[in-house]
Amino acid sequence: MIEVKNLHVKVGEKEILKGIDLTIRPGEVHAIMGPNGSGKTTLAQVLAGRATFQVTEGSATFDGKDLLAMRPEDRAREGVFMAFQYPVEIPGVSNAYFLKAALNAIRRYRGLDEIDAMDFVGLVEQKAQLLSLDESFMKRGLNEGFSGGEKKKNEIFQMAVLEPRFCILDETDSGLDIDALRLVAKGINAMRSPTRAMLVVTHYQRLLEYVQPDVVHVLVEGRIVKSGDADLARNLEKHGYGWILEEAPRPEPARA
Amino acid sequence: MALSVDPRDAYDATYGDFVKSLDRREPSWLHEARDTAIHRFREVGFPTPKQEDWKYTNLTPLLRVPFRVAPEGGPENVVSEQLEPFTFGVLKTSLLTFVNGRFAPRLSYVRYLPRRVRAMSLAEAIVDDPEALAQHLGRYAPPDGNAFTSLNAAFLADGAFIEVPPKTHVEEPIHLLFISRSRDAPLVTHPRNLIVLGDGSAATVIETYAGWPPDVTFTNAVTEVSVGAAASLGHYKMQREGERAFHMASMVVHQGRDSTVACHSFSFGGALARSHVHTLFRAEGGSLLLNGLFMTAGAQQSDNYTRIDHAEPSCTSLELYKGILDGTSRGIFNGNILVRKGAQKTSARQTNKNLLLSKEAWVDSTPGLEILADDVKCNHASTIGQLDENAVFYLRSRGIDEEAARNILTYAFAADVINQVSLAPVRIKLDQLVLSRLPKGSGLGVGA
Repeated sequence: MIEVKNLHVKVGEKEILKGIDLTIRPGEVHAIMGPNGSGKTTLAQVLAGRATFQVTEGSATFDGKDLLAMRPEDRAREGVFMAFQYPVEIPGVSNAYFLKAALNAIRRYRGLDEIDAMDFVGLVEQKAQLLSLDESFMKRGLNEGFSGGEKKKNEIFQMAVLEPRFCILDETDSGLDIDALRLVAKGINAMRSPTRAMLVVTHYQRLLEYVQPDVVHVLVEGRIVKSGDADLARNLEKHGYGWILEEAPRPEPARA
Repeated sequence: MALSVDPRDAYDATYGDFVKSLDRREPSWLHEARDTAIHRFREVGFPTPKQEDWKYTNLTPLLRVPFRVAPEGGPENVVSEQLEPFTFGVLKTSLLTFVNGRFAPRLSYVRYLPRRVRAMSLAEAIVDDPEALAQHLGRYAPPDGNAFTSLNAAFLADGAFIEVPPKTHVEEPIHLLFISRSRDAPLVTHPRNLIVLGDGSAATVIETYAGWPPDVTFTNAVTEVSVGAAASLGHYKMQREGERAFHMASMVVHQGRDSTVACHSFSFGGALARSHVHTLFRAEGGSLLLNGLFMTAGAQQSDNYTRIDHAEPSCTSLELYKGILDGTSRGIFNGNILVRKGAQKTSARQTNKNLLLSKEAWVDSTPGLEILADDVKCNHASTIGQLDENAVFYLRSRGIDEEAARNILTYAFAADVINQVSLAPVRIKLDQLVLSRLPKGSGLGVGA
């Protein structure tokens, strides 16, 4: 479903990703772990289409289509969704308005009619329940005055309503207390399906206790240095990233 | 730029004919007031960029046009269907329509009003009941304010007179609609409105200034307002002049003890539009909301000057003005809050935020607080910025196309000003006006 090959990405003059290979099949949940500054968030954002990054080499396809050539909105319409690490607050646009606009944009792209107002209300109620969200939040400004936990819940809520086929979760566990973490994990697990793929980007193993990954990749200095199963995440939690750095092949020193 | 002819002359030259055309039954004090005003105008002339308050406003395009005073009795072919876009859908209002500054009875209707409430043409009131005007007209907006208010006082002929007796509540808004129309030569009108609310009374007044794109018109309006003790006024101004129109307006409000005033100003039209709102607390306990939005595109200029005079203690003012500027348009926000000595327990908050939608748009924001009392709570803030690209990306990442994302964010920027409007039909109209003025004019285009 997702095929990333030899992806090199720069921000300004600095190379952040130095040749990423990643294949995610439908139904799989992959986790990307790594120390701060390893390029995890860059990978998530490049796949979602943020323009501040420059792809210098390599490719990324989604169902065989060139993902990197698509505008961010078209990626979303094709079925890519990124839950933001720092969701944006937009006073003046209600959550309801925003979500309906997004849903209808996606539906139109797929040749469907705009959603009926009553159906929308029903859909929102059902998904809000899943995340124990008070319905009054739909009338509030988009993420306006939301706590960190509410913002993250709102990301997962949007994901549940928009039903993407490829979900990227960028540090979704950061800043969550244990109750919020459980709810968010429940929301994510409810979306696991044989036709949907997920990429969970995280610094800690915390979230992975609740959302069992099929594959764990360790990203260090812009390269995937180790891949394994869920046990790898547990090892990282126990022993930190140090042992992997020891074990990992060092980049060749630059020649004079 | 130097003008070869003194622009004063064109206005001055018509004064004699204007005075001859006036009703002979008018009281003599009014003639004297006009003469004083025209003398003042001759002496002082039009403001120049050397004057601090005028240095960002380029008057040359206005002063270059040979305007003549709109003749009386010539509501030129305006029919009521044409007024429909300037009204407020389901909102029930009385409507006083003025075409080129003159009351047009056939385009007006007064619905039920409580006893002794007057909503009428000022020209009629001048002849029928000058005593009712004598203690108010020209008392709040003195004729020596600036060239434009002097001109308005000199050429004062018509406008609206609204009077609400003490303890009387007027439920339905009174809508004053000023239509400018000039099919041949450029016309100038000088509407003068007088709104007097007795103690403990309440009313809502909407002023709309409107015209159509090709007409070159100049509206030079003055609105004087006196709000009695514990009285309440909701005032809305919709500036929707045509795109080649000039609009100069001063509004002066005097507030009595414990009175409540909300002045909303929405400015969309005109090639050059300038608005002054001056308010004075002349007794304790008053509260004031100044709420404004100006939205410009193309080569428009929209200037917004406000001055709040906290002359007495324990008054509260809250001011929020926002500007949205596109194209090569220019705008000014200049807000002045004066807290006089002795005006203790004053609370004043002023916020001006501006959104620039193009690299060529420009806004000058000058917030100002002058505080001469020591026990006060005052603050002011001013920002100028572009759309937040993180927010644009956030919306796009959910499937909303870039143009719609920018439109949504622009609309959202205006939302808190619009949401201060308590009359739902006015709010809906404002939504429509803002949406229709978004770049590419396509509304939000998202079917939400």
